[in-house]
Amino acid sequence: MSTASVAAAPITAAAFKSAYKPIWCPGCGDYSVLSSITKAFAMLDLRPENVAVVSGIGCSSRIPAYTTCYGFHGVHGRALAAGTGLKVARPDLTVLVAGGDGDGYSIGGNHFLHACRRNVDLTYIVMDNHVYGMTKGQPSPTTEPDWESKLSPGGTGLRTFHPLVVALASGANFIARTFAGDPNGTAQIIADAIRTPGFSFVEILSPCVTLRPEQRGWKEQAHPASVATTSDPAKAARYLMTDDGFNIGVLYKGNRKPYQPPMGKGTKRVADLEAEFSI
Amino acid sequence: MSTKKAVKQTGRKKAATSAKVRAPVRKKPGSPISVTDEIDFMTRAWMMELEAVERYSTLADAMEEHNNPEVTELFRKLSRIEQLHADQILEEHLSKRPPVLPPGGIRWDAGEEGPETADPGELHYRMQPYHALQIALACEQRACQFFTKIARSAKNTAVRKAAREMAAEEAEHVQLVEDWLKRTPKPDPDWDHDPDPPVQSD
Ligand SMILES: Cc1ncc(C[n+]2csc(CCOP(=O)(O)OP(=O)(O)O)c2C)c(N)n1
Ligand code: SF4
Repeated sequence: MSTASVAAAPITAAAFKSAYKPIWCPGCGDYSVLSSITKAFAMLDLRPENVAVVSGIGCSSRIPAYTTCYGFHGVHGRALAAGTGLKVARPDLTVLVAGGDGDGYSIGGNHFLHACRRNVDLTYIVMDNHVYGMTKGQPSPTTEPDWESKLSPGGTGLRTFHPLVVALASGANFIARTFAGDPNGTAQIIADAIRTPGFSFVEILSPCVTLRPEQRGWKEQAHPASVATTSDPAKAARYLMTDDGFNIGVLYKGNRKPYQPPMGKGTKRVADLEAEFSI
Repeated sequence: MSTKKAVKQTGRKKAATSAKVRAPVRKKPGSPISVTDEIDFMTRAWMMELEAVERYSTLADAMEEHNNPEVTELFRKLSRIEQLHADQILEEHLSKRPPVLPPGGIRWDAGEEGPETADPGELHYRMQPYHALQIALACEQRACQFFTKIARSAKNTAVRKAAREMAAEEAEHVQLVEDWLKRTPKPDPDWDHDPDPPVQSD
């Protein structure tokens, strides 16, 4: 039989889901994010062996294990450092870095700034639930100042961090916000982020139903952004500075050239690399 | 987790919701869709069922991981029922040229999912079969309303007829789930009480 006539079946989202079942709390927004990521990979007709999912530490950072892609469950706050290194060394791979607001904006805040600035061609997803989920509810940089808990009696009283504004000011080339409650819409935006060259930042509002049950109400608050995507940073800045935190959509798409350093000539052996680091 | 505890924990910012599994209130019964002909309409209906199959199966997995076997089994059963419905649509209406599900799922209006897709945000790890059936009932009701709306508004006669049939089927499903609910014990008032809750304790 001639093989030329046999068309390959399109890859499905299921091909990107591993046999490990998530242990997130039932109702956690991260389930939907996982579904969106796998759908986005399928939409782009990627193959698991050509994708690496890199994360830090936290409930959300468990995500690489739930995919069939290459995965790296790294160190708290250092997901972007690992992801950047990987992409620079292996530009042929699609690199998706993922984690929580604690991981990305507290301990990893500095890496976030410089990843935006470097503009390496990767996609960074933050599953923002405005709390440290895994460690039982400490406030994060995006926690509202008056959110009270045993760990923050009376609230922190601190102004919240605005990740989208920071990303824009630091040079991210693609900035979007989505809501986990719209997995198909989120999948489209993740696919767009991966397709867009340079550093793409996607903030996903992903409710923590256990520590912040009131976030179940986000589905009534999330709404499509009232403006079209702009490539004008000044326009984007004006819009983002008055943002209510629930605008959904691609809010900025620039055209900065991604950073990719020239590749070395040959591949070093692991022993040679080790020798370089020996004291 | 105890709801009281969660509310106490979340304090001032508790907003409009609690940890309780609520009677699902989700938005509109799916966005109106513009379909060209009967095949296009049935393809959408088939995809809608498949989205529901996948969602119930994910919910079952989540409950299984949290050692809630009764609700796990119920979600698995609901997933199987929706799969049978999807297969029936395929066989009766689309067998000549079976469609392919778009890899990114069906795109509804921003912020929306298919009308028959259960909302994962309604889950609670201590929920009981009664709660799961309430979720299923809301899904069937939304599906019924969705098809009824198309049956009234579609321009194409064949689409209107097909939508009427689908609405009638979904109405049967609503009845089935209502009967099922009647046979299912109502949860105790403190069904969500957990003596060792996951939130930070004293
Ligand atoms: C270096 C280091 N410091 C602190 C911790 C403890 N820790 C683990 S996860 C986490 C916060 C996770 O919060 P977030 O990134 O928002 O993820 P979520 O669990 O909410 O998804 C912290 C502080 C750690 N693992 N490593
Ligand atoms: S604690 Fe919160 S973030 Fe972590 S799995 Fe549970 S719901 Fe999700």
